[in-house]
Amino acid sequence: MLLLNKQEALARVASHNVGGPNETFVLNLGPQHPATHGVLRLKLTMDGEFIRKAECVVGYIHRMHEKMGENRTCAQFLPNTSRLDYLSAMQYTHAWCGAVERATKLEVPQRAEYIRVVTSELNRIASHLVGWGAWVMDLGGLTPILYAFDDREKILDLLEGICGARLTFCYYRFGGVVNDIDDAFIQGTKAFVPYMRERLKMYRAFVTDNVILRKRLEGIGIIDQDMCRRYGACGPVIRGSGIANDTRKTEPYSVYQDFDFEIPVYDQCDSMARYLVRMDEMEQSLRIIEQALAKLPEGPFINPKVPKFLKVPAGDTTYATEAGRGRFMVRLVTDGTDTPYRVKLRTPCLANLSLAEEVCEGMMLADAIAFLGSLDLVIPDIDR
Amino acid sequence: MSASIDFLLGPAWPWVRVLLFLGGTAAFAGLNAAYLVWCERKIAAYVQRRPGPMEVGPQGLIQPIADAVKLLCKQLLTPPAVDTILYRIAPVAMIIPALMCFVVLPYGDALMPTRIDLGLLVVFAFSAINVISLMLAGWSSNNKYAIISSARVVSQNVAYEIPMLLTIVTLILVTGTTELGTIVGQQGGWFWNWNILRGIWTLANPLVPVSFLIFFICMLAETNRAPFDLAEAESELVAGSFTEYSSMGFGLFFMAEYVNIVVGCSLATVLFLGGWHTGLGNLLDFLPAWASALVGLGAFFVKLYALIFVVMWIRWTFPRTQFYGLLNLSWKILIPVALFTLLLSSVLVKLPNLF
Repeated sequence: MLLLNKQEALARVASHNVGGPNETFVLNLGPQHPATHGVLRLKLTMDGEFIRKAECVVGYIHRMHEKMGENRTCAQFLPNTSRLDYLSAMQYTHAWCGAVERATKLEVPQRAEYIRVVTSELNRIASHLVGWGAWVMDLGGLTPILYAFDDREKILDLLEGICGARLTFCYYRFGGVVNDIDDAFIQGTKAFVPYMRERLKMYRAFVTDNVILRKRLEGIGIIDQDMCRRYGACGPVIRGSGIANDTRKTEPYSVYQDFDFEIPVYDQCDSMARYLVRMDEMEQSLRIIEQALAKLPEGPFINPKVPKFLKVPAGDTTYATEAGRGRFMVRLVTDGTDTPYRVKLRTPCLANLSLAEEVCEGMMLADAIAFLGSLDLVIPDIDR
Repeated sequence: MSASIDFLLGPAWPWVRVLLFLGGTAAFAGLNAAYLVWCERKIAAYVQRRPGPMEVGPQGLIQPIADAVKLLCKQLLTPPAVDTILYRIAPVAMIIPALMCFVVLPYGDALMPTRIDLGLLVVFAFSAINVISLMLAGWSSNNKYAIISSARVVSQNVAYEIPMLLTIVTLILVTGTTELGTIVGQQGGWFWNWNILRGIWTLANPLVPVSFLIFFICMLAETNRAPFDLAEAESELVAGSFTEYSSMGFGLFFMAEYVNIVVGCSLATVLFLGGWHTGLGNLLDFLPAWASALVGLGAFFVKLYALIFVVMWIRWTFPRTQFYGLLNLSWKILIPVALFTLLLSSVLVKLPNLF
């Protein structure tokens, strides 16, 4: 740590270009800042309250997950995947399991697929609730996050009952899931659906329709469709820009084609559109859960023929899922040995963050924070 | 009542009166600030459906004292490269003007430290100083977040002083005095004599409820309370002007915030809500003088704390406004409406004099 005595510090301050006509200053937003929700650092070149240039500095929580994937077997790497985006652990483990199953041509029983859909959608609601609450908190509304955590607690209790974990779930296994769901889970989830619908109505009345919130978000952080393509953005960010792209519909995986649900799309391209996309997605997730529980087939919850040591043949496989923040894709390159040759994890948050530099230019500081909230970033997902 | 108090504390022993009021206001302001923090936390907890402070004392009632002791015991850090003198003056310059306002605030017929003809002006003169103190704090601590915050404080306060003073001028037109005791005295009797309603039926200022609303909004903005707490927007500017302060340096800013709320809400009570009058006309006339003085004090505090509750309720309900939204509200809505009220009221008050 650099410690200056008073003279040195004063000299350093005096050496800045004070009073120049085009005077700007650099504001370090992060790595420890209440609005970045993690160790993201934004180097902002500020002209008063306006941002001239924003530079995202990532890597503070880089943990070499991809390299770890090359040094351990597929089964050993499975728990790692739930630690990338810790709020969408189910969808992330799903992508890894899916990739391995595709590479080894392992069948997954129908019941297991339905259980995966139910738990993934519950996880999506929990993830959106956290993102929503934290975002409104960034905007200065300190109350909604506690209500959001209240609802999320109910989901976490349900998921804890079937797999023991509350955050970094490792519930999916190659060929199925680790435990069957019990009656308590089914009844609890069935009771949760109408409860959550009522809560969403309440959130709409008290938070979404609040005039201050609307004024804070409408017209802020415009991301047009061209920009989405250039940066490879995904998830609610592009659906707020009028692009109806959802991995569950465009490249259906698991049993998503069996369900009747819609992709919420808004074409205002602003932060409010992204907000509304997330709120509507929670309702659609509730619809999927309801249908999946009604149609839940009987049968085994894991393929009984899964070998004890899974041998992955040489090949190149990809598998993508729609996580809370967008399309998460795993690319698994294997050479026939015990460990994969290469593991590529394509995470949504890095692409979504890369937009920020362009969008933040010329914005006011408070608007930039509202805009960053609309990207719903999870920092470990950026750095991997 | 007034006579008996004057007999006890009157011209014979003026210094007793001075000492009593000095001690009284200091204790009142300090305790109020400490316990308003507790109230704020409890109200926040109620809004957010959680218990709030529970550990220290029953219902966490001793928590404010524990917090005060903690703040007093902490190290007073002076970061390098701050402007030491201004950095040290700022918190003191924040709390003293806030306390000075109590000199003229009338809490009862006899519970008034001094009667000054320009009492209202005194309150505004002193409460305007807190802008300068916050600016000094932000500027002297040599921190970028603090500087941004002090720039925000200045433009916000300049914008909101104007509509606030316009509503006050409207009120003075109707009351014809700036002495706070007299203003309250005019509002005696039934509750429709309170200034918030009197203007309507005397046709002096039919828009007086709007004036009250403007006054209240401006008061929120002046005291930097949510939804106008841009100066200490914790999700943007960490802690605003007092990011670098520790220990009682921070404690004084914190206290001053609550003292300012008490001053603002007291002023609203005095100017619009009838001060110490219960608003029940002659129903309570049978009470002896000492009892009616107590009832009056009670009435004042009920109104005061009801307003403070609203201030806290708003904070925990609404998100923060954006900076230009805040300035737009002031310059495009509040100032024109306040100007219109002033114009209307001056026409209505002065027109009969022409004939």
